[in-house]
Amino acid sequence: MYEIIKDSKGTLNHGISACAGCGMELLARCVFDVLGQDIIIVIPPGCAALLTGMGTESGIKAAGMMCNLENTASTCSGIRASLDAQGNDHTTVVGFAGDGGTLDIGLQSLSGMIERGDKVLYICYDNEAYMNTGIQSSSATPFLASTTTQPAGKPTVKKDLIGIAMAHEIPYAATASLHNIADLKKKIQKAKDTDGPSLLHVLIPCPTGWRSDPADTITLARAAVNTGVWVLYEYEDGEVTVNYKPKELKPIEEYISLQGRFKKVTDEEKKEMQKIVKKSYERKIAKLEK
Amino acid sequence: MQKQQEKHTKQLKKCRVLGPVATKFTGGNTGSWRLERPVVDFDACIKCGTCAMYCPTDVIEIDKNAKECVKIDYYYCKGCGICAKECPKKCISIVPERSEE
Amino acid sequence: MFKMLDGNTSAVEAMKLARVKVIAAYPITPQSTISEKLSEIVANGEMDAKYIRVESEHTAMSACIGAALTGSRAGTATSSNGLALMNEMIVAASGIRAPIVMPVVNRAIATPWSLWCEHMDTMSQRDLGWMQFFTQNCQDVLDYTIAAYKIAENKDIMTPAMVCLDGFFLSHSMQKIDVPAQEKVDEFLPEYELTNSYLNPEDPMFVSNVVGMNDYTEVKYQQKYAMDNAFGVIENVFDEFEKQFGRKLNIIEEYKTEDADVVLVCMGSMTGTVKYVVDIMREQGKKVGMIKIVVFRPFPYKYIYEVLKDKKVIGVFDRNSCLGGQYPPVCTEVIAAMKGADADIRDYVGGLGGRDVNPANIEKIFNELLDIYNGSSDKHTNWIDLKENPMDSREVFKYV
Ligand SMILES: Cc1ncc(C[n+]2csc(CCOP(=O)(O)OP(=O)(O)O)c2C)c(N)n1
Ligand code: SF4
Ligand code: SF4
Ligand code: SF4
Ligand SMILES: [Mg+2]
Repeated sequence: MYEIIKDSKGTLNHGISACAGCGMELLARCVFDVLGQDIIIVIPPGCAALLTGMGTESGIKAAGMMCNLENTASTCSGIRASLDAQGNDHTTVVGFAGDGGTLDIGLQSLSGMIERGDKVLYICYDNEAYMNTGIQSSSATPFLASTTTQPAGKPTVKKDLIGIAMAHEIPYAATASLHNIADLKKKIQKAKDTDGPSLLHVLIPCPTGWRSDPADTITLARAAVNTGVWVLYEYEDGEVTVNYKPKELKPIEEYISLQGRFKKVTDEEKKEMQKIVKKSYERKIAKLEK
Repeated sequence: MQKQQEKHTKQLKKCRVLGPVATKFTGGNTGSWRLERPVVDFDACIKCGTCAMYCPTDVIEIDKNAKECVKIDYYYCKGCGICAKECPKKCISIVPERSEE
Repeated sequence: MFKMLDGNTSAVEAMKLARVKVIAAYPITPQSTISEKLSEIVANGEMDAKYIRVESEHTAMSACIGAALTGSRAGTATSSNGLALMNEMIVAASGIRAPIVMPVVNRAIATPWSLWCEHMDTMSQRDLGWMQFFTQNCQDVLDYTIAAYKIAENKDIMTPAMVCLDGFFLSHSMQKIDVPAQEKVDEFLPEYELTNSYLNPEDPMFVSNVVGMNDYTEVKYQQKYAMDNAFGVIENVFDEFEKQFGRKLNIIEEYKTEDADVVLVCMGSMTGTVKYVVDIMREQGKKVGMIKIVVFRPFPYKYIYEVLKDKKVIGVFDRNSCLGGQYPPVCTEVIAAMKGADADIRDYVGGLGGRDVNPANIEKIFNELLDIYNGSSDKHTNWIDLKENPMDSREVFKYV
């Protein structure tokens, strides 16, 4: 039972030590808002661990645990099996992990969980690098973004998480973005109600790692969608719905110029980037809508 | 689980727990980080709630009936400026902390 | 009821009798038949549990931790590289105080690739906060596993336990086992109840967040305290076990040590061979004896000292190489236990990668120890079953 030292409106305390303007913090609030109290949340190391406080103090007023970097999904599977063994079908088991903990070191564990069909809600907050350890590249780091392990810019493109989940024929998977909170919350609710594994992949502008103005977090989330860098779609019972298609893609300049991690990108490279973004957007839409 | 639920009917009691466990719900005074603060022009505000929806620290309350219709809890507000940027009426300004006033 | 069972099936019987509720296991030789058998009896309804078909041992232990914290007795088993892969979660399980009991079928860790018995896998995990019980035969596997649940789940202990059985020598050897009735086990082992930390939305807490330097030491000390005080609980549980099932369990077992001039300390399945050699040499008038260590973690220092305090020459057999260290682990512990006593302690390493620990080698050890005791020699053969010219075991043609 939590002893309330400083209370808050929701499950997550207001005084969380995430950076000013952190998108992950906003996402976490939306998640707790939708899921309520009947949850068990599993959080690996990474920035989300900031939510869990330190020592005897927690920033989360719900049942949960911190797992290891690569076993969010496996830990959730064990919890689910245990609840099932006790006939508990109401509690939501939710994993809340970063892109590194999901797409790199935790991919095997997630793949196992999805393939087995374990009823777990898995949320990947994707800030596109290992932020908590100092902005090192992950496989979710986008093309040409500069990180502390690839200061000259990442030469390869981002891994496609939902594509991987779709290859598992996951019952429900979706991308979401912080500028559209209603859509995000609707998807969290759908994922919660899914009878089986569900996956949400949310792009998380991160002022510290993206070297952007904290005030631009929502602006960046919106720009990512409007430039075609991030596509909003859902995969449900084998059917894909693209939730939003900009009438016309905005130039990527509107997205990357707000971020220090793309500062070293030359005009030549920008052209190449624009081409890649446009092509991959079109290919993605074509594939999703076929 | 059965057993734990039964416990619920019992009284709360301080118990020793071994290992790493946290049960004190609290947070830090994140407002002390702030270099700039959001200030609302209440007269221009249309009480749409956009600022509150996007505030990562969830410290904005909209009170449609009060004159000061947008309340910000400065004890936690980190001064990120998202509310000001997203306000459709641009009625939140970001002013430096410890300015003249 | 008597049944013919091998060591792996004895472990499965024990887990079934303990009413394990969540199982997550990944196959690896020589543990594989445990994973198979568990899935089989869950599928056919013989066992009322959830079986998670995991994709790795890391996941197996992760799932067990999650399940254990959510109120289900959780079970897995592994061996060798599987245990090595689990390593990170071994530390997590003990640190979180999840009282998981895990049979470990001892096998060498690759490389060199070997499918066969050695204690390297469990020895490499020895200081990570798990209790370790080393078994000599298949009956031991069943008995110590059942007892281990009761010890691990004791509210003052809350510490996971490995029940170690030698790969193939026990895992695949059929023996006549006395399998207790379910009701007898139910009387002995109470239902799994979480009283320490747990994941329960009705009584929420946050488990395993970051612990600062201000109290990490204290939280870690709690684990040490449990280990240091485990023997009281172990003795009680072993007594209760004997009352309930009529078989005596031991922390250490002495064999003809009382008047022995020299004693060999060993663990696991080889102890049967050592006893056999002791008997033969006794007939020849040679006063040799043996100590079998069952509980290796926590290490039974006092028990060992008590038996060996007046002995002048002691041999210790490790089924594990210790690369770069002065002594292998069991020997290191015996030396620490005998601090202050006037004993010449000799380290023996053998039985690596499944090599049989045969009577001839044991006899050779005893004779060396007796020579040291008589003062006629000071030498002992450290790697007892090493062949000649080991450096030349591979000679190949190369372009140079
Ligand atoms: C096995 C292991 N390797 C490395 C680490 C160190 N580590 C902690 S957090 C982290 C990065 C996590 O990145 P991500 O999942 O993207 O979360 P973020 O920090 O970006 O929120 C790393 C590498 C670890 N905790 N465990
Ligand atoms: S580094 Fe980025 S993700 Fe991490 S707390 Fe700061 S803003 Fe949030
Ligand atoms: S966003 Fe602007 S207009 Fe809307 S409630 Fe907030 S301050 Fe008022
Ligand atoms: S500045 Fe940031 S933290 Fe402060 S009220 Fe505005 S959005 Fe919230
Ligand atoms: Mg990240």
